[in-house]
Amino acid sequence: MFPPVFVLAAVAGGTALGAAALASARWPYRSPGAAIVLWQALGLSWGLAAVGALAALGAVPGQYGVAGGALSGAVRALRSAALSFGAPALIALARLAVLAASAALFALLCWVLVAASAAVLVARRRHRVLLSLLAHGDPKVPGALVVDHPVAAAYCVPGLRSAIVISAGTLDLLDAAELAAVLAHERAHLRARHDLVLLPFSALGRAFPRSRLVCQAYATVALLVEMLADDRALRQRPARELATALLRVGVSGAGRAPSGALAAVGTADAEMTARVARLLTPQARLPLHVQALVCCTAALIVAVPVTLLLHSF
Amino acid sequence: MDVLWDSTEPLTVRQVGLRLINRDLAHTTVMTVLDRLAKKGFARRQRDGRAWRYQAAANREAYVTELMLHALDQTGDRSAALASFASRVSDSEAEVLRRALESLGELPRD
Repeated sequence: MFPPVFVLAAVAGGTALGAAALASARWPYRSPGAAIVLWQALGLSWGLAAVGALAALGAVPGQYGVAGGALSGAVRALRSAALSFGAPALIALARLAVLAASAALFALLCWVLVAASAAVLVARRRHRVLLSLLAHGDPKVPGALVVDHPVAAAYCVPGLRSAIVISAGTLDLLDAAELAAVLAHERAHLRARHDLVLLPFSALGRAFPRSRLVCQAYATVALLVEMLADDRALRQRPARELATALLRVGVSGAGRAPSGALAAVGTADAEMTARVARLLTPQARLPLHVQALVCCTAALIVAVPVTLLLHSF
Repeated sequence: MDVLWDSTEPLTVRQVGLRLINRDLAHTTVMTVLDRLAKKGFARRQRDGRAWRYQAAANREAYVTELMLHALDQTGDRSAALASFASRVSDSEAEVLRRALESLGELPRD
């Protein structure tokens, strides 16, 4: 049996490689829901395995897996660092250092999740207050708020008191059928709380802002969430309405920036093209047994580090 | 807030109440709302004898711009606080999208 430290390190490396492969794969467009589950499993498993591999380095073999071994390892190392001299004390200090690194990584991951949630709540509260002062209803878009601004925008503010917001520019740009498709898309976001799916990935982006893989993961999951909402909207509206709405809003956005800030921001050409192509030339969803296989893989990916952390072999 | 935006000079609570003609609001209600707006930074107030005079802290356009910049994800943070329907595309991509729209037999409305 391999020592857990090697298995956990392999899982951490494997999930990162898997994420890179998944980011460039095309099958997720055919079943965005299953792909999102796999992304979540990869993220969770990577975090557990990375923390666990460091902990396993400093752990002593014990009954309760790596987590228990790390605790008793810390206690033993503290005792021998305090009581002994020379080589044993150095080994004890090294063991304490990797355990501290493991605890620090765990704390960092927890902290960015809390910080990202708090930042999102604050931003949304401010946004809602501004909406209550500025926005008004419009019979053309029942249930949505309208903000008087010429640039075409349509978005939702998720949360317990959620809102769908349409700009006056969008009202002018789209016809009634296209507006209904936009509303169906946004309602799908709100109903399924897609913002909660994205939150951990944006938190990871906070923890590792320089990592290309983390940025890629965020962008990919964000695109999959949009596709999921597109699919949901298709149950109520024809694909063509949603596609022309997307095209019109996308076309109107370019080259008509309300401020200098807009030009500086990276664009999302490939994402928009992929969504439109998907609507106009739909591909068959993945067969049910393939989707089940993807979900089982996801469960397995998480189960391996969890088992090693909690159980000894 | 609309009353404050439409006025050029600072208004007292009574004046605001009088301009809210279509709504029958109690004086204390108007006072509470204005007090809350001032505390949140949307209105500025100054003493005028025994009364407060209220004024909008920034004009309506400034807030609309803030709202839209946030909505279009231009504030620099990809915090996923909001979910936008369509993302910004570059000019060259917009040309591709425009042609796609035309191939559907639809005219781009600009």
